[in-house]
Amino acid sequence: MRDLKERVFVALSLAATLAGILFLSILIIDVVMDGASRLSWDFLTSFPSRRPGKAGILSPLVGSAWIMILTALFSFPVGVGAGIYLEEYAGKNRFTWLIEVNIANLAGVPSIIYGLLGLGLFVRALALERSVLSGALTLTLLVLPIIIMSTREALRTVPFSIREASYALGATRWQTIIRQVLPAALPGILTGTILAMSRAVGETAPLITIGALTYIAFLPTWPITFTGSFPFVEFSLQGLFDPFTVLPIQIFNWVSRPQKGFYTNAAAAIIVLLIFTILLNSLAIYLRYRYQKRMRW
Amino acid sequence: MRRLYEGAIGLLLFLCATLSIFTTIGIIGVLIFETVEFFKEVSIIDFLTDTQWTPLFVEKHFGILPLLTGTFLVSTIAMAVALPLGLLSAIYLSEYAPGRVRDVVKPLLEILAGIPTVVYGYFALLFVTPLLKSFIPGMAGFNALSPGIVMGIMILPMVSSLSEDAMYAVPRELKEGAYALGATRLKVITSVVIPGALSGIISAFILAVSRAVGETMIVTIASGQQPRLTLNPLVPIETITAYIVQVSLGDTPAGTIEYKTIFAAGMTLFIFTLILNLVSYWMRERFREEYR
Repeated sequence: MRDLKERVFVALSLAATLAGILFLSILIIDVVMDGASRLSWDFLTSFPSRRPGKAGILSPLVGSAWIMILTALFSFPVGVGAGIYLEEYAGKNRFTWLIEVNIANLAGVPSIIYGLLGLGLFVRALALERSVLSGALTLTLLVLPIIIMSTREALRTVPFSIREASYALGATRWQTIIRQVLPAALPGILTGTILAMSRAVGETAPLITIGALTYIAFLPTWPITFTGSFPFVEFSLQGLFDPFTVLPIQIFNWVSRPQKGFYTNAAAAIIVLLIFTILLNSLAIYLRYRYQKRMRW
Repeated sequence: MRRLYEGAIGLLLFLCATLSIFTTIGIIGVLIFETVEFFKEVSIIDFLTDTQWTPLFVEKHFGILPLLTGTFLVSTIAMAVALPLGLLSAIYLSEYAPGRVRDVVKPLLEILAGIPTVVYGYFALLFVTPLLKSFIPGMAGFNALSPGIVMGIMILPMVSSLSEDAMYAVPRELKEGAYALGATRLKVITSVVIPGALSGIISAFILAVSRAVGETMIVTIASGQQPRLTLNPLVPIETITAYIVQVSLGDTPAGTIEYKTIFAAGMTLFIFTLILNLVSYWMRERFREEYR
């Protein structure tokens, strides 16, 4: 009798665990069945259109790439820097405590609130308008807590003896960090950063809030153009200030239309987005797994 | 020279860390600034007691209650799904699962957690809603039930993984002591592991509620954007987050009352999630103290 109760419980908890995975499988099968037929080279290289059969995802794809690269460029140095400060420099005092509570809280602030911050601060107060730059800065603030927390965790796994050995050889604090501690912690930091980028690429709400467009048929200005005369190459930052759209917004736009044809487009775009985010997540999970196995000090 | 260089780097790193403080100040500053502007035009009593929210209509009402009940309704449904499933799967993973199963299941759950919310929205609207409609004929095409269920699945990995961490932290000696007294595995789980991990589990639940309250795209896509003071899960409703998106999609110039409403709504949302996050943080810290 006792045994039966236990068995029922195990079966129940196993079922609960499998529920999530079952859901994941159904979701992927459903989307692939809806959208796979629409996927083609043309779909990837055409601009969105009023006619579902002609529409493609070129501008959202390029927009997403712009946003992700810029967000990575902004958030990686600042996030890692903040992590290093909190783990290696900060004393145990009230101010440090305040920063810690604050970061924990920021990690839980809904993404749409970051959108309102971006709208009030970057779009209006700094007059950056509804540009690629506003979007990337907003997402930078959104993912910073993730990068800071994973940097700290990675730094914590580096044993103190490594630092002491480095100090004993006469290295300064910064030399110790940059030559010993940081390389050892790098896989952990990269894992966190990749997860943060996967989050940034899938975010929709904050970018809609800052006013990213839902229909756009041109690309941001390319940063490098080759010319016929000396010096043969021109750099331009104009792209930063151009309007943009991203893949999740395009999906949202298609889902909210009444015509069935756009649902197929949405499903096809979701396949592209999922391939991308699942690849990023798997890479991060794999990195962490490898790292956990290998690093035994 | 070397000391100057070292000092400059220390300062630079310090500035990176303080950026987080400025982010918070920025959020609160922007929200307060526009919310104050909003309350110059709308009385706070109307805001809290009026039962209609129609800022986009000719006859404007500014009662936040319909948006709050909408948010509350969807979050409750989500928690009703995520709580039992998350807790059970955490128990399974931490107490029963063989190592191999854990190694496969945990990454899959992480992938589930990493799927963009707009994808869940698509799934709620075009798969779950039609499915539910075949069981519940009276259900509207847009409703609170379907996005609620899907949102529950979305936050399931978070509930599961945080609760599992809490259970894992319960000292081994406590469990072994119970086994030595002749307790069954189930008895150890219900009498030692869960009570021992309780504050950690509650902290995970609160964090999950905060996540559900702030979730945006699933409800924007699948729940219908009709603010309505109801607890009926079968009719269209609107949440705070969905309202903010709805206004942002239109061309609303700064300074208009419609523009200010999204900040007032955002402020309400921010206060709720802030309280939830702080309580969760406090419980987590307390839990850490217990087993030091």
